[in-house]
Order: sequence, then C-alpha cells, then structure tokens
Amino acid sequence: MGEGSVQQAHVHAPPEGFIRKYVFSLDHKVIGKQYFALALVAVFTGMILSWLMRIHMVWPNTKFPGLELLSKVGAPGGIMTPEYYLSLLTMHGTLMVFFVLTNAPFAAFGNYFLPIQIGAEDMAFPRFNMMSFWTTFLAWFVLMLAFVIPDGPPIAGWTEYAPLSAVGKDAGPGMAWGASLWGLSIAIFCIASLLGALNFIATTLDLRAKGMTLMRMPICTWAWFITSCIALLAFAVLLPACILLILDRHAGTSFFIPGGLVISDRLQPHSGGSPLLWQHLFWFFGHPEVYIAILPSIGIVSHILINSMRKPLLSSKVIIYSMMSIGFLSYMVWGHHMFLSGMNPMSALAFSFPTLTITIPATVMTLIWLGSLYGANIQINSASLFALGFISMFVAGGVSGFFLAQPAIDIYLHATYFVVGHFHMVMGVASLFGVFAATYFWFPKMTGRFMNEGLGKLHFWITFVGTYCIFMPFHYLGLIGNVRRYQSFVDDYMAPYIPLHKFITISALITGAAQLIFLYNLIYSRFKGKLAPDNPWNATSLEWSIPSPPPWNNFGGKHPVVYHDPYQYGVKGSKGDFVMQDSPEQVIVSGD
Amino acid sequence: MGKLFAVALVIIALVSAYPILMNKYPLPEDISTHGHQIDEQLHDTMIEAGIAFVGAQLVLAFFLFSYSGRKPGSRLKSFPGGAKVLVMFAFVIVGLEVLALGVVGQKAWATVYFTPPKADALEIQAQAEQFAFYFRYPGPDGKFGSIHPDKIDEGNQNYFGLDLANDVEARDDIVSGELVVPVNREIHMFLHGKDVGHSFYVRELRIQQDFVPGLDLSVHFTPTKIGRYEIVCTQLCGLGHYNMKAYLNVMSLTDFEKWLKDQSAQ
Amino acid sequence: MISSIASTASVQARSSLGMDRASRSGIWVGIFAITMSFVAFTSALFVRQGTTDWGHLILPSVLYVNTVVLLFSSATFEISRRTLFTGQMIQPGTARRGIGWLMLTLVLGLAFCLGQYLAWQNLRAQGIYLATNPNSSFFYVLTSIHVLHLLAGIVALVRLIGCLIASHATFRRSLFDNTAIYWHFLGVLWVYLLLLCRLKL
Repeated sequence: MGEGSVQQAHVHAPPEGFIRKYVFSLDHKVIGKQYFALALVAVFTGMILSWLMRIHMVWPNTKFPGLELLSKVGAPGGIMTPEYYLSLLTMHGTLMVFFVLTNAPFAAFGNYFLPIQIGAEDMAFPRFNMMSFWTTFLAWFVLMLAFVIPDGPPIAGWTEYAPLSAVGKDAGPGMAWGASLWGLSIAIFCIASLLGALNFIATTLDLRAKGMTLMRMPICTWAWFITSCIALLAFAVLLPACILLILDRHAGTSFFIPGGLVISDRLQPHSGGSPLLWQHLFWFFGHPEVYIAILPSIGIVSHILINSMRKPLLSSKVIIYSMMSIGFLSYMVWGHHMFLSGMNPMSALAFSFPTLTITIPATVMTLIWLGSLYGANIQINSASLFALGFISMFVAGGVSGFFLAQPAIDIYLHATYFVVGHFHMVMGVASLFGVFAATYFWFPKMTGRFMNEGLGKLHFWITFVGTYCIFMPFHYLGLIGNVRRYQSFVDDYMAPYIPLHKFITISALITGAAQLIFLYNLIYSRFKGKLAPDNPWNATSLEWSIPSPPPWNNFGGKHPVVYHDPYQYGVKGSKGDFVMQDSPEQVIVSGD
Repeated sequence: MGKLFAVALVIIALVSAYPILMNKYPLPEDISTHGHQIDEQLHDTMIEAGIAFVGAQLVLAFFLFSYSGRKPGSRLKSFPGGAKVLVMFAFVIVGLEVLALGVVGQKAWATVYFTPPKADALEIQAQAEQFAFYFRYPGPDGKFGSIHPDKIDEGNQNYFGLDLANDVEARDDIVSGELVVPVNREIHMFLHGKDVGHSFYVRELRIQQDFVPGLDLSVHFTPTKIGRYEIVCTQLCGLGHYNMKAYLNVMSLTDFEKWLKDQSAQ
Repeated sequence: MISSIASTASVQARSSLGMDRASRSGIWVGIFAITMSFVAFTSALFVRQGTTDWGHLILPSVLYVNTVVLLFSSATFEISRRTLFTGQMIQPGTARRGIGWLMLTLVLGLAFCLGQYLAWQNLRAQGIYLATNPNSSFFYVLTSIHVLHLLAGIVALVRLIGCLIASHATFRRSLFDNTAIYWHFLGVLWVYLLLLCRLKL
C-alpha cells in the first residue's frame, strides 16, 4: 500500500485551467475531439478543392471570385491555370488521405472511445497522446503553408512520384518549396502517427479492465487496435522515404534520381538513383494506409449495426479474424499499384494473387453483415442509415478492385477514372459513412445531447444518392479510357463524355452542399440539441455505462469489471432486450 | 424509412447496372492481336463483379425491407447455417472463382510481357518528355545512334540528343512526332524517358506502359487496323500532362514505306 | 472498511502494474517501429546498390572505437542496475554508486556522439560529403539517424538520473528498465549498421 500507490491509481490529476483543459489537454477525450475538429477543417478544405477542380474541369474558363487572392500566379484573374489544377489536386489528395481518413475514423474516435471501451481511465501515455495531436496539427500547418508561398503547392499528386518530385524547381511550378513543405509535413505526420499507434497498442494490451479479455473487446476496439499495428509498420517506412526525398531535393543526393535527365533544358546534376525505389517505399506504406482508412469504419459500422439490429452478429470472431487477415495481407500487395511501372512482370503476378485473396475476408465480412440482418429487428436512425449505407458502398467500391487486381485488365484501366472511382467509393464514401455513423451514434455520449434526427436523415439521403451519382459514373468513364489527373479534356475522344462530367460536377456540388447540413447539425446540437440520457440507444458496451458526457476520468475513479462479451442483445430472460457488458446478470454464452 | 431505403437501394443498383448491361460505355475498338484476351478477361470479370454488386445490394435491400419497422417484440431469427456456412461460401465459391480469374488472366499478361518480340519486329524508339512524345526509327542501317543528353537541343529539333557530326549510326535515324507503323507488322517499341515519369497509352491498342527515367523498357504489339489513334500520357508529369499526346498512325505497308522514304529524304 | 481498503489497494496496485506493463509494451513497440524504419533504409540501400555508380567507402577507423565505447556503455548501464536495485527497491547504501555508473554511461554515450562527429570530419577531410556518391549518402544518413535516436536516449538517461537523484521513494523501477532496454537496443542497432556499412558500402 503506501502513499505512492494512491497517485499511481490515477493516470493524471483532474485538469485545471483553460489551457490544460482545452488546449494542451492530456485527456484522451479532448484529444479525440481535437483530432475530429482538425479532420473537419481538412475535409471541408478538401471538399472545396474538389469543387474548384470539378467546376474547372467542365467549365475551364470559370472565373472563381477571390481565387487570385489565394494565388496570383496560379489563378490570374480568378481563372485556374493547368498547373494550379494539379496543385489543388495534390492538396486535395494529401488532405483527404492523411488528415481526414487517418484522423477521423482512427485518431478521433479511437482516441475517444478505445480507453472507455476497455475500461481504462485514459490512454497509456497521455503526454505522448497530447504530443501526437499537436504534432499532427503542426504537420497540417506546414502543409497548408504550401498554399501561401508564392510558388504554390506541389503539382505531383499526393503520390509525389520521383523524379518529378525529387529534382526541385526545374520540374515545374510548386516543385520548389511547395514539394519540400509537402515532404516535411508528411514526415512530421509520420512521427505523430507512430506516437499515436504506439499509444493505442500499449493501451489495448495492458490497460484492459478486469474481465476484459481480448476477445471480449468490442469490434471497433479491435479495429482500432489492428489499425494501429498496421500504422506502426506503414508510417515507419514512409518516414525514411520522405527523408530520402528531402535529401534528394535539397542535399544533392540521388536516391531516386537517375543520371542524364534533361529537365527545363538543364542536365540534372544527379545520377544512379531509382524512381522505382520511391514507388516501392511509398506504396509499401500506401497500400496499408488505405486499410488504415477503412478498417476503423468497418469496426465502427459493425458495432453500430449490432446495436441497431438488436442482435449480435452471426460471429464477431469471424469479423475480427477477417480484419486481422486483411491487415496481414495488406503488406503483401503494394505492387498492384505498380503493375505497369517497369518492375519485373513476374512480380506483377506475385502481387496479384494476394490482392485477389483479399476478396475473401472482405466477402466474409459482407456476408456476415448481410446474414446477421436476417431475422433482426432493425432500428432506423441517422447512425444506422449510414451504417447500412456503408455496406452498400463497401460492396460497390470493393468490386471494382476486383478488376484492378488483375494485371492484364490493369493494362487498360490503369490511370483511368476507373481507379479514381474505385478508391473514392471505398475511401471517400464508405470510410466516410463510417465516420458519419460514428458521429450520429456517439454524439449523445460525447456531448449529452442528440443530433437532430430530421437533419441527419436529410443529410443521409442526399449524401447516399449524391455519392452514387458522383462516383458510379467514374467507372463508366474509366471503361472508355478517360485518363485521370487531366485538368480538362482538350481532345475529340473525350468530347462525347463532357455532359456526363457535367452531371458529376453538379452532383458533387449538391452533395457537398448537403455536408453543410451535417456541419450545422453538429454545431447547433452541441449547444441546443435535445438532452440525451446516458444510454440513449440501449447499448451494451462500456461507454454506455458512464454519464453523458463522461467525467474527466471516465469511470469516476471506479474500476469497471466486465462479465461477458459486449454484444448481449436479444438475450432471453433479460430485462429489456439487452444486457450491459459490466452487468453480472446471467447471460447465454455464445457458441464462439 | 428502412423500407424506403430498401427500395432506393434496388433502384440505385439497377440504375448503376443499366449502362453496363446496355453497353452504353463500350470499350473502344480493339486494333491489336492480344487485346481480345484482355477484353475477354474484362468481360468475364464484369459478369462476376456485376452479379456480386447487384446481388449484394438486392440482398441488403430485401433484408432491410423485411426486418426493419417490425412490431416491437418480434422474434429474432438466426441465419440458417450461421457464420460457418457463409465463411465456407466465401472461401470456396468466391475464393476459387477469384483465383481462377487470376490464373486465367495470367495468359493475357504473359502474351504482353512474357513472350519476346519476333526477330523481325520493327524497332522504334519512343521518347517521352515534358510535354511531347517523339519517335525514332533506326533508318536503313537498322541501328539507333546513341543518345547524348548534353546534346539535346529542342530549338534545333534534336530531341534525342544525337551526335550527327560524329555518330555514323545516328545520321540516318528518322525522328517523328507521330508514331507511324505498318498494319499487321509486329512493332518492338523501346521506351526512353528524358526527364520525369511518363506513360504511353493507346486505348485501342490495349497497351499501357510507364516510361521510367533510368530504366530501359520496351513493349511489343501488332496493330491490326489502319487508322489514326490517340497516344496519351497517363503518368502525371507536370503542368502540361493533360495536353501531352501524340498519334499512332497505322498505315498500309505501301504507304508506310513511302512515308519512310519521304522522311529519309529530309 | 478494511476489506474495502485492501480491495482499493489491490485495484491501485493493479493500476500501477498496468501502467508499468503499458510502458514496457510501449518501449518494445517503439523499438519495433524504429527497427522497421531501418529495414526501409536497408532495402533502399540494396535497391540503390544495383546501379552503376555504386562505389566503395572505406569506413573511418574511429567507428570501431565508437562501437566499443557504446557497447561498454551498455555494460556500465547493467552494472548500475545491479548496484542500484535489490528486487524492485532501490538499495539506499549503494544508490550513489549506482547513479555514478549511470553517469559514466551518459559520458560514454556522449563520447560515442563525439566519436561519430569525428568520423564525419574524417570523411569530410577526404572530400567525401553527403552527396558525393551513393555509398557516402547512405553512410551519412544511417549514422545521423542513429545518432539522433541516441540523443533521444541521452535525454531519457538524463531524465532517469534526475529522477533517481530527486527521490528514491516514488521512483518507478520500470523507468530504469525501459530506458535500459532502449539504450541496449541502440547498441545492437549500431552493431547492425556497422556491419551493414562494412559489408555493403
């Protein structure tokens, strides 16, 4: 016993003062909300960039009022230049992949709910946690600086292939300081993500409450845990890649730049480097990254679906093992981004087979979700609508991957809108649906108030129909050979398809505008929403056993004890149709 | 609202499938000898993907329709066979089919990448640069002159950096902004990247290949139809990427030989 | 009343045990991530090695001295451990000697950093800089990144020493152990990097 152990029971003292409470907070809940806020800013920025791009694409002479203030060189008189289109494209991709899809489903909701769902007071390393958020913020800030420098953001796409990204200003506008800021920003982001992943892993392994075995953790907790394991390896490889890129750009090294290149009439002073090396390093990170983007949403949607269906999934264990196998396989497939890159054609086949194999766990999960819906008692609300919509989007986006996994088909479809349609469907829509579902579901817990249901449903309908209208046509355009990353279509071949592009643009504008409904709902409900009880959804996992919003130490100094798995719904003989995870009430132990 | 969502799902699934079923976005005509393998592969995949997509949306819609808005106290049911049946289905049916596609698909890939070009294939070198393609023919001596990057002079149209003064083999090389080829003859094309990454894509030819600076890459193909087809760059290469294109001009053998003679004369 | 105190105590003990386990997991996870980064650098080296301008770099001999210094610092760290602790508790009698061994470890660590700097100076005197050739590029990159991590270890070591001097009663053994694990890892990593440079550069 003794004096020392009393302090150690609490991870940190209750926060005092504005700065400690809301700015440099050690509380995982505040940090989760900070990540969410950053993701919100990033997603609206990214969305506006996509509007600018889509409008310019179909009406190339559009004068965007005020755009010349953002960049005199990039948009003189408000009319976007071809190079500025590429700058916006690069920033759109970078913001969305890193600052939205890694931040929102993983860092934001994971930080907020993982400790609570395992019965812990906070993350294992609250100071590291605070550092990882503010480091992410610094990365975002450095990236946004690219907008304000005179030369503008880089034009090499979020993938920044060498030599274009490595040679410096000769390569084009934005490739002087813009690309360096990109490299620095992403390197900083890697460090932040590594710190975050470390925290998640240590917390999950060691701070679980009594009775909380690994298999009794909610599916979303598993998803965050598996995602952190993936993130640990992936970002640990991207960081060296960014360092080497920065050295090529500023220190005269030649990791990625071969000799004999003549760019802007100048023979480049490099030799021996390998552009393919950049691609290998980048995609070794890049492919797991897209699973980092989708797995948390898979976990969140499973978690919410179970609650909405009022019955457990046919097997939570199968979902968990599927997520694990996806995580494992994700490290074996990176070359499918490089089928035509000039790497050994034998490798293409070697990468193709594990890629095709990922279809199996993805199908398993989809069938489990669908099969679980059979005989359920589905409750419809904004959260469950987005969770159900996720299944639709996950299938829609997933099947196009089936084509791209085959190298021979990729010969035709590579770098067309088919690819753009595929990754937007899975990442830009499905993953985002998971985030929306999470927000509607957990808002009452985080704030003690409901989000407005009417507005939520309106948001759902416009978004669901709208995203199909935007991204399904991308696949058709891919089939006819519409090349991607073009600022507009100047040739005869594409002329018949401009009306379809206009349809897409208008859908994008409407769907984007509908997101303002979501934003308004968030802000309004935060202050004026209908008050919510501690367990508004009659849910079972530990987060619903504590007040809404939770106290600073989650469980009020108590240490919860857990008696069974987190999905005791439809239990015969229980009060109501559910039993909470920390209730010692006798339950039917499920077969698996 | 669950039932409304179910109906919407069915509509969306059918509306999405309609353009494919009605072939509203057909692949451009195939003008190559190997393209039909790719097209067949794509077609087979489309059928399987289409069934999976529409099937899943319809099942989702059906269950949503049947099991939402139920009376309170309705009995919960479990899917017959439970998780085991579904896992087995995924592994056996989907797994086998997916892997079968992969195995069959190897043939098309092998035709493009594992079969070497014939010995008498016409050799052409393609150079991609910001923001144009240039093509070089070896001329009557059948040999390409060496490339000297320091001698590249766009102003004087010395795109390849040929040393015409000292390099005998370079003197008869023909440089063209168009890829002119005779029909039904195998072409062996060497890809040389001058500055950054580019890519060579002719949709009708079912050929796409990156240019990687520092790597000696090549593709081979046989065009089967006379005509003029777009060559577009598909690897982001800078501000002019959207405008970087050339034309593949497939001619009859007589026309091609005449063209070669005219070019040599210049 | 007594049983509730006892249960609170056991719960608190479990809490701090949880924190100790978590920090142990944390250090290993961190080591794993750092290892993965160096695996990435190693694969970059192997790919780059395949090109025509790969030469040969003669490693400055001071590197071998540095290696001995760093490995020796791991030994002094371990001596410090045995001097400081019996079981989980600090031995009050030998505590000062134990801290002394830790300070020696710190000095050796700093000596290593100085030695690496001398190695770079040696190369620069021969006109071999970061961008001179691919071999030198990798040498400078690998050694710099290792030294950066070692500097972090030095900061951790300074903090450890500070905590030890400040208070014995509230000192957590896990802080010592985790710092030691990290420190030894950097030694092992250095041996690997030295071999890699020797055999490949």
